[in-house]
Amino acid sequence: MEVVRNRDPYPDLRVKIGALHLQNPVMTASGTFGYAREFASLMNLHRLGAVIVKGISLEPRLGNPPPRIVETACGMLNAIGLENVGVEGFIADKMAYLRGIDVPVIVNVLGDTIEEYELITEKLAGVEGVAAIEVNISCPNVKKGGVAFGTDPKMAAAVTRSVVERSDVPVIVKLSPNVSDIAAVAAAVEDGGADGVSLINTLIGMAIDLRSRRPKLANVIGGLSGPAIKPVALRMVYQVARRVTIPVVGIGGIDTAEDALEFMVAGATAIQVGTANFINPRASEDVVKGIGEFVKKEKLPSIRDLIGTLKLE
Amino acid sequence: MSQYQENATIIRYEQLSEANIRLTLQSDAIAGAARPGQFVMIKTATGKDPMLRRPFSIHQTSSTGRLQILFKIIGRGTNLLAHCRIGETLSLFGPLGHGFDIHTERPACIVGGGMGIAPMLFLAKRMSRLKKDTAGDTILFGGRTQMEVEPLVRDFQQIGMRCITATDDGSYGREGFVTEIIQKLKLPQETVIYACGPEAMLKQLHIYTQVKKMECQVSVESVMACGMGACLGCNIPAHDGHYVHVCYEGPVFHAKELVWK
Repeated sequence: MEVVRNRDPYPDLRVKIGALHLQNPVMTASGTFGYAREFASLMNLHRLGAVIVKGISLEPRLGNPPPRIVETACGMLNAIGLENVGVEGFIADKMAYLRGIDVPVIVNVLGDTIEEYELITEKLAGVEGVAAIEVNISCPNVKKGGVAFGTDPKMAAAVTRSVVERSDVPVIVKLSPNVSDIAAVAAAVEDGGADGVSLINTLIGMAIDLRSRRPKLANVIGGLSGPAIKPVALRMVYQVARRVTIPVVGIGGIDTAEDALEFMVAGATAIQVGTANFINPRASEDVVKGIGEFVKKEKLPSIRDLIGTLKLE
Repeated sequence: MSQYQENATIIRYEQLSEANIRLTLQSDAIAGAARPGQFVMIKTATGKDPMLRRPFSIHQTSSTGRLQILFKIIGRGTNLLAHCRIGETLSLFGPLGHGFDIHTERPACIVGGGMGIAPMLFLAKRMSRLKKDTAGDTILFGGRTQMEVEPLVRDFQQIGMRCITATDDGSYGREGFVTEIIQKLKLPQETVIYACGPEAMLKQLHIYTQVKKMECQVSVESVMACGMGACLGCNIPAHDGHYVHVCYEGPVFHAKELVWK
């Protein structure tokens, strides 16, 4: 009998996060890809799995004074201070373009209080073209003495519940790595009703100028990103994926398809390309291409067959 | 406004002084699209350290697709660039940012201080091509010592504008700061000042042009990760209490738009 071979030149890269269907597992990390339009002339946006836009707050924010960034060994620190146009400005000025790119648009949201998260979610509900919400819970909760929502499982679950109740699209919660047990936070967020978790956000760090003995960032401390954090991110994705049943989205120092695939082996259903976008605006598209080549070369029925295939003795 | 990522071959290497290097690159797409005052982001290492590209103003371009950068060796990135050889390729991204607004009907005074002279050759050349007459135009160009100034003089003199040079120590040209010399030039009020250099120099020019009610365009520097408006890391305070971003709203601004400390 003749064996029917799959002659489709396009490998099956489709993945799912709750009700969110992606043509491939590659997204752009919030805060590294502007509102996508900035990259339109430099790459093929429609090749991406999804675009995640710069974090949006209820009101516009000016962000922190300069200097906001500094390069460190194989990475960079940033303290942008969440500069953004605010949810109303975003819907009015940015959504029209984003609706036309033919790729799911995920809106990253942030707030200082649970009420702010609720209001943003309500404003986004029903907005055409919003495919999912990613909740940034690394912000300080001003009503709880400035402790970040994401460092306390109870607060993380409460924010998740509030957003999920008001959202008409899937909700992904972006976890902070600046905790001792990230899997416990992930489990709490899953209980809160999240459709997926994404991790990791940046690791808090600092850099000092020895000559002046001053911090290199005006904000003194900032978030570390880039290849320097990849081993930490990989470890956390591995731990979280073993703990929760919802899809995990891996983030942290992904430059190449190999990096992305390692995260998937560790248990990630999808991944985000972040800091690499700054160095190579085509990085995310290159990762998509590399993943496709890998699936073909390894003769995998689909990319889904790679997820969580880490071999332990 | 097209931007390109391009692997550019180094075709000429000039060591102008101990720390100042000029590289000529074959970079057809970027050179063809560039305007004076714009910049390129260059990857200085093949690996991940330094990870980020570094911004360089475009020193000049040619119709044959050549692009030059002029830089001083100050850190690891520029040190790596200084060790490049002819025939090697560098990853360039550009042209980026908002360049100078050239007024073709008004006299110009182009002011460069130290490495701030880098984008001014491109500006002066483009200006002399666009203007009917450059007899009323001046290039004022200063540095700390003879070493910084002299190697570039011939390029500027060829343009046909009045060319005045100065050094802080008087070792070449006039002695003193360009900000002192400009006051003695009795420039007509309609003159447009185009400047690039240290912040203290730009601030003095801002004060001078405010008093004289003259237009002053300045090219400023900032650290930046992406160069294209994605990272938002290159903000500087604007006069209206907001921030502007050097990479896409600049690097050239009207001096009065900015806050001068």
